[in-house]
Amino acid sequence: MLTQLVNQLTGGDNIIGYILQIAWILFFVVFMFYGQRIQLYVMLREIEGSLSRLKLLRDEGRKNAIQTIKELGKSEGDPTARVDQFLEYLTLQPQSMDPAGIVWKLEHLLDVRDTRFEDEVKIMAPAADLTQTRDLENTLEAALALNFIFKVIRHFYILGKKTLSLYIIMQLQMVLPLIMREAEAFASALKAFTFGQPIGDGAGALVAAKLMQGHEKRKIPKDCVVATIPFEGRTAHIIKAEGPGGNVGKPGDAVKQIIEENEGKIANIIMIDAAQKLEGEEPGEVAEGVGVAIGGPGVDQFKVEETVLKYKIPVNAVVIKEDVGDAVSPMRKEIFDAVSVAIDRIRRVVRERSKEGDAIIIAGVGNSIGIGQ
Amino acid sequence: MSNEVETPRKRISYLFLAIILVTLALSAVALYQALIEFDNARDGTSLLLIGGSGFVLSAYMLLQTRRRTMRLEIKEQPVITTILCQKCGFKNVRDFQRGDYIFKQIDPCPKCNEKMSVASIYREVEQKH
Repeated sequence: MLTQLVNQLTGGDNIIGYILQIAWILFFVVFMFYGQRIQLYVMLREIEGSLSRLKLLRDEGRKNAIQTIKELGKSEGDPTARVDQFLEYLTLQPQSMDPAGIVWKLEHLLDVRDTRFEDEVKIMAPAADLTQTRDLENTLEAALALNFIFKVIRHFYILGKKTLSLYIIMQLQMVLPLIMREAEAFASALKAFTFGQPIGDGAGALVAAKLMQGHEKRKIPKDCVVATIPFEGRTAHIIKAEGPGGNVGKPGDAVKQIIEENEGKIANIIMIDAAQKLEGEEPGEVAEGVGVAIGGPGVDQFKVEETVLKYKIPVNAVVIKEDVGDAVSPMRKEIFDAVSVAIDRIRRVVRERSKEGDAIIIAGVGNSIGIGQ
Repeated sequence: MSNEVETPRKRISYLFLAIILVTLALSAVALYQALIEFDNARDGTSLLLIGGSGFVLSAYMLLQTRRRTMRLEIKEQPVITTILCQKCGFKNVRDFQRGDYIFKQIDPCPKCNEKMSVASIYREVEQKH
């Protein structure tokens, strides 16, 4: 049968044989001269598919933001033009030729950016309260991120198409699965931010919120709250970003202030944050270690490191593992359940790493959206 | 934001469609030839194989284009709010509503009339095996 099949494919005495023979020759000629180009078009088509999805996500983000602003903000005019302007907003990184002092320059720029975002939202949605304003800010930031991703990918797609450079297209195609994961994560974040649902990144804040429940709280700069509670025979200062609006606060400033208030007499600091899990690890796994567990641009981490170095305070970290998608999506049950496990770990660390009567700091880092205190 | 900038849309390439149609036509001819061979009491198995595989291949390609079109949607994720009475332990589980947040004090408990609060807000993810 195989011999017959080979005969058919290489030229039998019937019409199909002739057609297949011509098709084979054409196939070889075309692949000899246009193989790379065909490969290029196949890759471009794959990128096109992803780009269509990115466009859909971007448009959905924009629509969502406009709709929510109209619903909550009750602005007089149509906010569409203002939202479109916002989506093109950019933050220029500080110059790092002379890196000394760059942290403070970056902090200043981030402060200006935050203030500008807040003002923009207040103009677009004058009727929104503080919680809604913060949620809207987060929604717009997610929409901005989606717009940016779409534009960058479109740029390289068009550039690759114009130049027909295999290397530009190949690089784009190779990195695209990771970028798509990130874009999908921001798309899920949109709904969470719009409705004010707790997100995976808020795991640290939720730990702190559970610990400070039923105790008196006070506000500390910037946008954080602290509660001083008895904990395992120690005095614990529990810190988190003020909720339930979408807000990460400045945990660096908050921790620094509490240390200064106690004149450096802090026996231990425990920081709880969400950390990116590796593939193969389960979401909600709890791990512990040493160091300042604060994500983001690094300004807050730097500040805490400077202060603990000054007073020689040991810093421990408890992290709840999750992937990039879970971090900005509505909180998964596994992550919610991991909060109790993390609290047990904190109790153990406190018992082992400090003495009764000591003062300690427990800082829950992360976005407090959907999490009260 | 300009919408007239050239961006690829959700569409099936004509070239791709033409390739599928040619494959389909060739497969049909091969199957027809196989029938003739069998009719004349000759062995047409190889033609049947070529025609059959061509048919399966083109059907698969068509299905793939359909799948690509269907993927263009954003899935909604159901989020659950659990309201708990700290005094008597009465629990109410419902869908998330805008304005819910963890530790929010809401309606009095229907059993003991004590204030209830939101104990948890989360989404359940189906595990893929």
